[in-house]
Amino acid sequence: MDLLSNLSLGFATAATPWNLLFCLIGVILGTLIGVLPGIGATATIAMLLPITFELEPVSSLIMLAGIYYGAQYGGSTTAILINMPGESSSAVTALDGYQMARRGKAGTALAVAALGSFFAGTVATVLVAIFAPPLTAVALKFGSAEYFSLMVLGLVSAVALAHGSFLKALAMVVLGLLLGLVGTDIYTGDPRFTLGRPELADGLSFVGLAVGIFGIAEILRNLEGGEGDRTILGQSLGGLWPSRADLRKMVGPMLRGTALGSALGVLPGGGAVLAAFGSYTIEKRLSRNPEEFGTGAIAGVAGPESANNAGAQTSFIPLLTLGIPANPVMALMVGAMIIQGIVPGPNVATEQPDLFWGIIASMWIGNLMLIVLNLPLIGIWVRLLKVPYHVLFPIIIAFSSIGVYSVKGNAFDLFAVAFFGLLGYLFLKLRCEPAPLLLGFVLGPLLEENLRRAMILGRGDPSVFLTRPISAGLLLLTAAVLVVMLLPRVRRKREEVFVEGD
Amino acid sequence: MRKTFDPTDAVAGAVFMAFGLFFGLSSLLRLEIGSALRMGPGYAPLVLASVLLLLGALILLGSLRSAPEAVGRLAWRGMLFLLPAPILFGLTVRGLGFVPAIFLATLLAAFASPRMRPGAALLLAVAVTVFSTLIFSVGLGLPFRRFGPWLPF
Repeated sequence: MDLLSNLSLGFATAATPWNLLFCLIGVILGTLIGVLPGIGATATIAMLLPITFELEPVSSLIMLAGIYYGAQYGGSTTAILINMPGESSSAVTALDGYQMARRGKAGTALAVAALGSFFAGTVATVLVAIFAPPLTAVALKFGSAEYFSLMVLGLVSAVALAHGSFLKALAMVVLGLLLGLVGTDIYTGDPRFTLGRPELADGLSFVGLAVGIFGIAEILRNLEGGEGDRTILGQSLGGLWPSRADLRKMVGPMLRGTALGSALGVLPGGGAVLAAFGSYTIEKRLSRNPEEFGTGAIAGVAGPESANNAGAQTSFIPLLTLGIPANPVMALMVGAMIIQGIVPGPNVATEQPDLFWGIIASMWIGNLMLIVLNLPLIGIWVRLLKVPYHVLFPIIIAFSSIGVYSVKGNAFDLFAVAFFGLLGYLFLKLRCEPAPLLLGFVLGPLLEENLRRAMILGRGDPSVFLTRPISAGLLLLTAAVLVVMLLPRVRRKREEVFVEGD
Repeated sequence: MRKTFDPTDAVAGAVFMAFGLFFGLSSLLRLEIGSALRMGPGYAPLVLASVLLLLGALILLGSLRSAPEAVGRLAWRGMLFLLPAPILFGLTVRGLGFVPAIFLATLLAAFASPRMRPGAALLLAVAVTVFSTLIFSVGLGLPFRRFGPWLPF
């Protein structure tokens, strides 16, 4: 039983007291920042990322995983209690979760969300453990051409699943790719777009960009005014544990949501969001009383929450096997791994099995901690929601400044935070989604390197991308996605879907 | 002929075009482009910048045919006080040291919200300074100088 011995290696790595402690701290910090209204999982992770750099690689990634799950659950909590989802994937939870809270069943909604997430997380962890090794074997056969085509597919799909205008999202990806190329050229050593600043020789600061574009920009948006007046429900949470009838109602949606989420999460470009929307639609169709949806249906919380969490988990598969991030959160993970000196990709599984399996095991531990910790502590999180925003954000600014500075001890990175904060806010106001930009930024150097290598191997003939079957297939898929997205009917439909979700 | 015009899309298009021009021109003027076989440092950026320029132009053109959407309020005060906070920290952390730098940065950031009163801001900045010094400098042992050479003691 390879699977069992691998998993036990993983648990042995992840379950040392220190690592458990870091995972716990991660979950607490993640929830703490994640419950702040208007701050989603990506912003939370971006701001907490620097704290983890001081640790050893394994511990730091385990802590990051904890932050991730905490942040996600924190997002669901705000969605349910104050109808302010921090991220598009928990927007679906707000639809019925907030209604449940208004009817005095906030406790039940929070418990259903936690149980659904835990179940989905458990299943998805097993799936990752089963499917990651064979996929790694396939990935080892990938050459530069295949990598290039796969990344192009990933970027185009990310654009297809982004909010708002397709053209703008595409432009954001391209801009991200260009920003990723700033720094010293790996082949010739020429400085590129560094404006003569030696600090830019290693490229733009990843942490500075992430904190600025997600964190600072998000805070600025929250400071636009009208920040008061948020009604917090659940002064009395109601009973926490779902009744037997409630439990029965959530089993079906939970199972279907998990299946859907696991499958879609592997897709590049935010499959978790799609899974949450998809699950909600399916449950509404299947329900015997669809009119209940939107007024506090348990299925409308259990299904999407399970789908969302399963998708979040399986999106680790492309990261662990190919080193290609499927969504902005995974892009942050890539950044963290690179700073730790780990090159994400198929070699991690063979060269550092303890790290590889440790991360997989820590996913499940993170999920477990959530349920053990967050349900009993829910009263504290609710009280935290009442801390006024103008007290919280200076604290966040202080901690992210310290965090960014601690990475390299370089003041220039802090100037980058301010610059990208302004740029990120500008893009928010111009209705350009920042997620594709971050993906492009992380993939830019990889994309260029593989392109150049493939062209050298193919003797300058671009047909290498089409004569190699896997590469050709991936490019064909990319073309199909592009064509479908540009069809006027699909375009209109897509905009409707996203408008409905907001 | 045009009846409607969307200024946000127009600005977005212009911003993308400006970035495209910057990257495109710097590649053309400063970097070796090379050939498809041996790509120089400027090859990929030039291609990407051209695509960005084109996309920016398309968005700009599209803005002439779409309905305007409200931009909403702008966080002027937020930008004025929040953005300089990390910069101030970066400029002072070596000279003044970690403790005064984090105090000043937090104090500055606190004024980004009109709801913050000066007394409360001062209190918050002191609390954050004590807390973060204990956690980051004492607890995690990050190699920061607590008080720097600009100070007389």
